[in-house]
Amino acid sequence: MAAALPLAVLGLLLLGPGGRGHAEPPRDTLREELVITPLPSGDVAATFQFRTRWDSDLQREEGLSVLLKADRLFHTSYHSQAVHIRPVCRNARCTSISWELRQTLSVVYDAFVTGQGKKDWSLFRMFSRTLTEPCPLASESRVYVDITGHNQDNETLEVNPPPTTTYQDVTLGTRKTYAVYDLLDAAVINNSRNLNLQLKWRSPPEHEAPPAPFLHAQRYVSGYGLQSGELNTLLYNTHPYRAFPVLLLDTVPWYLRLYVHTLTITSKGKENKPSYVHYQPAQDRLQPHLLEMLIQLPANSATKVSIQFERALLKWTEYTPDPNHGFYVSPSVLSALVPSMVAAKPVDWEESPLFRSLYPVSDSSSYFVRLYTEPLLVNLPTPDFSMPYNVICLTCTVVAVCYGSFYNLLTRTFHIEEPSTGGLAKRLANLIRRARGVPPL
Amino acid sequence: MGLLSDPVRRRALARLVLRLNAPLWALPVAWLERTMRSVGLEVYTQSFSRRLPFPDETHERYMVSGTNVYGILRAPRAASTESLVLTVPCGPDSTNSQAVGLLLALAAHFRGQIYWAKDIIFLVTEQDLLGTEAWLEAYHDVNVTGMQSSPLQGRAGAIQAAVALELSSDVVTSLDVAVEGLNGQLPNLDLLNLFQTFCQKGGLLCTLQGKLQPQDWTSVDGPLQGLQTLLLMVLQQASGRPHGPHGLFLRYRVEALTIRGINSFRQYKYDLVAVGKALEGAFRKLNHLLERLHQSYFFYLLPALARFVSIGLYMPAAGFLLLVLGLKALELWMQLHEAGVGPEEPRGASGPSPPVLPAQSVGLASLVAPLLISQAMGLALYILPVLGQHVATQHFPVAEAEAVVLTLLAIYAAGLALPHSTQRVVSAQAPDRGWMALKLVALIYLALQLACITLTNFSLGFLLAATMVPAAALTTPCGPRPLYAALLVLTSPAATLLGSLFLWRELQEAPLSLAEGWQLFLAALAQGVLEHHTYGALLFPLLALGLYPCWLLFWNVLFWK
Repeated sequence: MAAALPLAVLGLLLLGPGGRGHAEPPRDTLREELVITPLPSGDVAATFQFRTRWDSDLQREEGLSVLLKADRLFHTSYHSQAVHIRPVCRNARCTSISWELRQTLSVVYDAFVTGQGKKDWSLFRMFSRTLTEPCPLASESRVYVDITGHNQDNETLEVNPPPTTTYQDVTLGTRKTYAVYDLLDAAVINNSRNLNLQLKWRSPPEHEAPPAPFLHAQRYVSGYGLQSGELNTLLYNTHPYRAFPVLLLDTVPWYLRLYVHTLTITSKGKENKPSYVHYQPAQDRLQPHLLEMLIQLPANSATKVSIQFERALLKWTEYTPDPNHGFYVSPSVLSALVPSMVAAKPVDWEESPLFRSLYPVSDSSSYFVRLYTEPLLVNLPTPDFSMPYNVICLTCTVVAVCYGSFYNLLTRTFHIEEPSTGGLAKRLANLIRRARGVPPL
Repeated sequence: MGLLSDPVRRRALARLVLRLNAPLWALPVAWLERTMRSVGLEVYTQSFSRRLPFPDETHERYMVSGTNVYGILRAPRAASTESLVLTVPCGPDSTNSQAVGLLLALAAHFRGQIYWAKDIIFLVTEQDLLGTEAWLEAYHDVNVTGMQSSPLQGRAGAIQAAVALELSSDVVTSLDVAVEGLNGQLPNLDLLNLFQTFCQKGGLLCTLQGKLQPQDWTSVDGPLQGLQTLLLMVLQQASGRPHGPHGLFLRYRVEALTIRGINSFRQYKYDLVAVGKALEGAFRKLNHLLERLHQSYFFYLLPALARFVSIGLYMPAAGFLLLVLGLKALELWMQLHEAGVGPEEPRGASGPSPPVLPAQSVGLASLVAPLLISQAMGLALYILPVLGQHVATQHFPVAEAEAVVLTLLAIYAAGLALPHSTQRVVSAQAPDRGWMALKLVALIYLALQLACITLTNFSLGFLLAATMVPAAALTTPCGPRPLYAALLVLTSPAATLLGSLFLWRELQEAPLSLAEGWQLFLAALAQGVLEHHTYGALLFPLLALGLYPCWLLFWNVLFWK
């Protein structure tokens, strides 16, 4: 059973087919992998994956985990960690299961923060460590380097030491080539006892804008002031000729009261009607707005989804201790099947068999992408929280001093009181006083 | 590792500055894009264009178009929800090339740090303030002033604070801080304190309104200098002009400051490293902010950088001035009802109450005509100059800007001739008491307007109140007419503008001669009209549509037959 691995977002790569073509895997296996991808902007992305199927605990000290040093890993511009646990069948008839644990760490190193502007990378520069020996518990320990487009003809990127094997696969709709370094292969970690992969750029990459993916999105709040605003989401489809639908899910908190009648979707200046709209209005303090739409994005266009809202005034106790920071609006979620670039290449009709002309070129290969836009920060009208205290002090003072004085002036009367001869208690007290020799009351 | 501590970066900065020293006739957009991208920012451009209502003689432009270039430094591991802005306005006359070099050096330095929690936007605008307005409108996706601009491609969340930088030379002797913004809006006092304490610690000399800080507050000199600084700030705030790009940010509730490097004849000069360190410190302080700046005052007056006068102290002064108007109105009301049948009600002390017309002695019709005519004159003063500039240039040998200004003055002076014509229209119904009713209405109208203006722009309201209230209270048709006429003319809004120009230059120790003053006055009129159309400044409509008709009413009262 091939483990279907989930795909990463935003250009980071996860790779590693499991178990294809192998016999059923042994019970305790540890596979570790490091994928290094140089990005067009000069940064480098590194993804670690450690997968184990086990019935007992595992310990690792060597192998790829020697590269996980915190001080360098937190000088990155992006990092993400994930832990996945799932049961897997141990044999074909699935009579017993074992548990699979997969730990993932993805980081993107910034050329300017870590590399001082230089775009040459090496394992030592990224992790301040080199690989010395494979993990003895691991059944597989590999390093993959993405060298798509940088081998053979245009030798722009040079990988040192040169790889012995390469691996090709279609990932996120593009055909990628990876250089493979198997740590368990004795030739890789040779007599120098360490592997320091180096990536050198032959000709420095041009200072051009990096290429944009087929689908990307942006979200912002327009308008100013504390009364109202407009929520705008921009969806970009950069595919040259394919249009594809996108499912847009918006969850807006209840204190931004959306005016759904102002929802407008425009593509290329014309109105674009969504094929499916589901809207669940908010209930104050109970549930947020839920807006879900299926929008067809025309090819090579930018679609703008905008909806106006009004900011609500919260109750006094609902404000956070830092209300002037603002309140967060969760990102929108975009789900789409993006047509892949592999299929964007034209078919060579002379080389292909004749029956291909019976089937029109259908770019049926597409990959699923879930994108999250950026979260937003909106300010709500914030009252002056010192006012209740001020008002209480002022009114109490006014009442006590002014009204109290007037009341006394108007109603207080003085009358002379005769001293009373006293009751039983006074006579008793006088008795005791006479006994003590103190003058009586 | 401080800014520019390694010689490599210092040499790069010197190279940049030398290269930018060539006069910039147009912003080198492609070069800026490439340089910002090589420093590691996400670079975007925005083009804008606009046709001004009439040619601008001061900046020599009419059909304005340009390109803004901005680069965004994304904070590592942050979600791009908040941002700070460092903006450098560039124009063909004020090249501001040194500031662009400093901006690029700061961008290169900031890019290598890991402590940024907010994104930083480095903005270089063309056509100085017009470009800033275009960028702000596109960022907030609004259209306030009628600028046509292309939409922005890159954004960085909500802007928390902004700093504008203007440097004209590579060594400075002091840094001048400007706080007054469009329509007299001010940033939060905390932003000024933030910068001022940093300058104190760094030993930089900071000035306010171009004046040094008085050291000795015990003798007379200190408070006197403070008073001069205060008066300068009042005059700047009353003019309602954005004194720098920061003034345009304030409308969108982004706290902003403008820092100008001054190079005067002083012994001790600071180089760009010191200025850069101050800016770096300010940005690191702003980076630590958890909330928007709101703790300190939004309304204040500054006699010195380290001292301020809060609204609770200065507002009673304006209140008392308006009380004069209210009491005078009360007196007139009592006089009107002396012989009247209606009961006399005790009136509240000050200011605005709805005008109740005395029914018996004076008819309503005699009041409506002057009101309508003066309001119509105000409307003409507001609309006709810009609308009729082409007609005027066809018939007279003047340029459009001159035509606008001359039309303004002509309509203003024509209003002075009104009472003689209005009297013929109005039928005399108990003419002796008519002026009292008109003056009552005019007093209440003036009090209402001044109160509203004082609440939003205290300096403007106070200045107008200080000049117009005595004249308005004293005006009567019985009495020495020439004297009162002279007083009223001297305190009219235009004369106040002229007088404040002279006072402003006097306080800056660059006094004007009469001819220069008159030229400056004409230029100020043109700028006022232009800024109303380009940025939405409110001085021109307030004076034309609000105060001038009111003043005309008093003029009518004075010449009541």
